[in-house]
Amino acid sequence: MIWIDTIIQGILLGGLYALFASGLSLVFGIMRLVNLAHGDLIVMGAYLILVLVSLLGLSPFIAVFIAMPAMFGVGWVLQRYLLNRTLGDDILPPLLVTFGLSIALQNALLEGFSADSQRLPTNALTTASVDVGPITLGVMPLLTFASAVLVIVGLNQLFYRTELGRAFRATSDDATTASLMGIKPANIFATATGIALVIVTIAALYLGLRANFDPNIGPARLIYAFEAVIIGGLGSLWGTLLGGIIIGVAQTLGAAINPEWQILAGHIAFLIVLLVRPRGLFPRAND
Amino acid sequence: MSILSLKSVSKSFGALTVTDDANFEVPQGQALGIIGPNGAGKSTLFNLITGNIGADRGSIHFEGRDVTKVSAMERCLSGIGRSFQIPQPFEKLTVYENLLVAATHGRNLSERDVRDDCADVLERTELIQHANVPAGQLSLLERKRLELSRAMATQPKLLLLDEIAGGLTEGECQALIRTIKDIHAQGVTIIWIEHVLHALTSVVERLLVLDFGKVIGLGDPEEIMASREVREIYLGIEV
Repeated sequence: MIWIDTIIQGILLGGLYALFASGLSLVFGIMRLVNLAHGDLIVMGAYLILVLVSLLGLSPFIAVFIAMPAMFGVGWVLQRYLLNRTLGDDILPPLLVTFGLSIALQNALLEGFSADSQRLPTNALTTASVDVGPITLGVMPLLTFASAVLVIVGLNQLFYRTELGRAFRATSDDATTASLMGIKPANIFATATGIALVIVTIAALYLGLRANFDPNIGPARLIYAFEAVIIGGLGSLWGTLLGGIIIGVAQTLGAAINPEWQILAGHIAFLIVLLVRPRGLFPRAND
Repeated sequence: MSILSLKSVSKSFGALTVTDDANFEVPQGQALGIIGPNGAGKSTLFNLITGNIGADRGSIHFEGRDVTKVSAMERCLSGIGRSFQIPQPFEKLTVYENLLVAATHGRNLSERDVRDDCADVLERTELIQHANVPAGQLSLLERKRLELSRAMATQPKLLLLDEIAGGLTEGECQALIRTIKDIHAQGVTIIWIEHVLHALTSVVERLLVLDFGKVIGLGDPEEIMASREVREIYLGIEV
């Protein structure tokens, strides 16, 4: 029974990693941009929520709804005026620029908030649990997982059911032709990054509620996000969720065997998937 | 009244003059064919008309309005539609979605307003049975039809066709000609660049010949094809 419990906890943890990864997957899927500052943007989102919570005395669950439009704006401006300039045939400029951005963000957060680790205030809800038969599930992990599924369902609806989604897919397919049809790729890309940062904000909420954070933890979140995206197959959102789950389960199983093995087990699972399916579990037809 | 007029339009890429003092008018509702050897500047002429490249000198008027400095986007909105020599569909989108993208953005309307029009266009271009197939799976003829449909979806007053019949079998070519005649019969002005001469001459009322960026002949297709200069330059026949 302890194993079933461990696996279920791992699946729920996978929801958090899927939230980390969805924004990365979205941005990569639409504009082939690898955003190395993604993890730091999550941490920035967590600090933004923390500031709103401590200044306005709001619950983190309310503060996140104020942070989301603000982060959308940050993403829009970041893409429109900085990252769009790096896109082209060469993959190096976006890597270098987002790497630089990652360092700048870490240092700015360090300057503003010091290296002390912080945590979003918890309440009864965040420590509550429900009993399902012999297994006890935390309400927070359940909420996290449900949010991840909602985000992915929402993104799929957006992609395949709306005009904006069609413009996303057309631009992703061929930006030059899309611009001849009257689509403005620069704005489409900016909107996509804006949406990615809205998801980042949701991820930041759960990051800050579940564990301590400090300005330096971004790159490690980026690694988990990357692994989830790559396991799933680049650009496939359901694949990203599955990737998150695989890493989450591997980590909890590893921790159950020996607490020191938690992180390592996740990375090993990632390497095994890469060995067996180098293009991920759900690769796109022609990437 | 002429829907399009070019006055002394010139364009050079470095030392190479690709459009050399082009002067011509296209009356409303006419179908004009453009022929010329490879590299004569035919596609460049289209790019100048659509605004994908800017003219160095001269002026272009569309429906009496000077559009020389107007962006490609705005010219598309005002009614200039084109197909490309090499079909460039969005391969992962379905045929119908390809049209929706062109129609919503090319006419600045919402999806609800263009749905029926797009279905009508697919009906006319005989692609309706492929409406939900990803464009990447289409055959060459179907891709050419999609290219035509996508241009039609913007409801152009002036339709520019760039070598749309190239690479098709005779039967496919005839089918495409029927579709183009049908579009023309509805009053759409057409300018058509084509190497497949019999396809061109079965539709167009006037023929323009380009060579090294210069207009060297313009008039009745039969007279043009019979002229000595055209036969020498274009067909390579020693007279």
